[in-house]
Amino acid sequence: MKALGTTLRAELVGAGGVVERNFYLTKRYIWWDLAWFFWTVANTLTIVFIAQGIEATGGDIDVNTVATSLLIGAVVWAYLGVLFEFLMETVAWERWEGTIEYTFMAPLSRAMHLAGQGVFAISYGLLRAVFLFTACFLFFDLSTPDANFLAAFIVLAIASISFIGIGVMTSVLPLISPEKGTQLGFVAQGTLLVVSGVYYPVEVLPTWMQWIAKFSPATYALEGAREAILDGAPLSAMWDEIWPLLIIGAVSIPLGLWVFSRGELYAKKHGKLKRSG
Amino acid sequence: MEAVPRRLDPAVEVDELRKEFRRSDGKRRRGERRMRVALDSVSFTMEKGETVAILGQNGSGKSTLVRLLSTLLLPDGGTARILGHDVVTDGRAVRHLVNRVSVEASFFKRMSAAENLGYAARYYGMTSKETRDKIPAILERVGFPSDRRDEPMQNLSRGMQQKVALARALLTSPVVLLLDEPTTGLDPRSKLEVQEFVREIRTTHDSTILLCTHDLAEAETLAERIGILDRGRLLALEPVEDLKRRYGAKTLEEAFFAATGREFEAEGDEDDDREVFA
Repeated sequence: MKALGTTLRAELVGAGGVVERNFYLTKRYIWWDLAWFFWTVANTLTIVFIAQGIEATGGDIDVNTVATSLLIGAVVWAYLGVLFEFLMETVAWERWEGTIEYTFMAPLSRAMHLAGQGVFAISYGLLRAVFLFTACFLFFDLSTPDANFLAAFIVLAIASISFIGIGVMTSVLPLISPEKGTQLGFVAQGTLLVVSGVYYPVEVLPTWMQWIAKFSPATYALEGAREAILDGAPLSAMWDEIWPLLIIGAVSIPLGLWVFSRGELYAKKHGKLKRSG
Repeated sequence: MEAVPRRLDPAVEVDELRKEFRRSDGKRRRGERRMRVALDSVSFTMEKGETVAILGQNGSGKSTLVRLLSTLLLPDGGTARILGHDVVTDGRAVRHLVNRVSVEASFFKRMSAAENLGYAARYYGMTSKETRDKIPAILERVGFPSDRRDEPMQNLSRGMQQKVALARALLTSPVVLLLDEPTTGLDPRSKLEVQEFVREIRTTHDSTILLCTHDLAEAETLAERIGILDRGRLLALEPVEDLKRRYGAKTLEEAFFAATGREFEAEGDEDDDREVFA
């Protein structure tokens, strides 16, 4: 029992080490991160301006509602991008810096290594999402008198578990293909984008795509966030979004770890950890 | 009843270890792959506290051996054990016992020495409280100037970076220390400093050291036994004098030539080709 406690403590300290490392890196690259944030703001503004564009070209829409809906989509999309980016870096960045072998020969379990990566990604991503939403919300002077921001935040946090599971699956790609693995990770991100109703209702998709949308955690995260911010729905009224997120999370996390472990075995078998190209 | 002297378990046991790599070849037809044997049935043991140097040219399989012992590669045959723990089936235990310094210092270059050591120590379960005093102390021991502790690694010379790499390895108090060409590419002064520190570890720690190098003088001065690894095969592993005697050589270089049939620094196309794999 004591040995188990010691191991668990060491694992938690190790996961904390991953968070610590990411904190140092973020601190060292803070100006780059700010520049990247500026780009994200510009990109999000471009998307939200579409609502005003539709009205200006004669469309009969509630600009405030459509703009807020687009803003939610853009913020969730940017958040998802940050999570995937951090998880892809689990391998890609470490390979580039040459530290990957030192990380993989440490006695920290892969589950806790990836958990540390996930915890930092969620914390950083949520903080960034709040800043992004606030900046754009103020820019367009949007009005959401009934908004339940806390509920939206919690739905996004719950969805993050599933996002992390999927992200872990894609983060193994640079292990298998050092040259093209990172780019392939964007395929998963892009697939989630197209089927999950980021900028439009899922109902406009072909039936087969709507079927795929049921398995995307982003679908439920977006629906929940929109209900909370546009309609002021409380968390208790969002069970239809929460239970699929919990199920997808319960499946995707172990599946992601299994996929990663297979990728790691492949890399160790074929000597793919070492080289960058 | 007479007491039977207890035999100490070896620190490292390598038995018929084999590793081969397959890579696709642009010159060949699509899907066709070349196969190269990086390690060919290598066997040896190391006693606790012993320092063994493995000599070999580029592509001889030195780094593959180090990677197999540090669980970064899976063997295709044979076994390797660290203090009785199999590197494949008991990798986690092995990772607690082993650390490594490689030819590339391998750090997050924008982070400082203290930051790089700090997060790396956490991976071994060491809390910030435990490393608060230990990191400055170990950096001081390797001769790293204290006023540069918080400077990004990218501002440091190769020699300085290699000292931090040594500090990182020692921070976790490894039972087996794997040194994979730790002085390659260093200027003469840094090289001597690193070698001096390795000598110090030998006398003050009970670490078992496996030094892979192609520096003959380094091997001769630091190791108790020297192995010759050529094209993945371990041709000999003996104290330097025995090695010279066996091959009727006056110098280690001559012994290497006699064992492998080629000059130590002479490397052909095949060696370049092998280096990609091994």
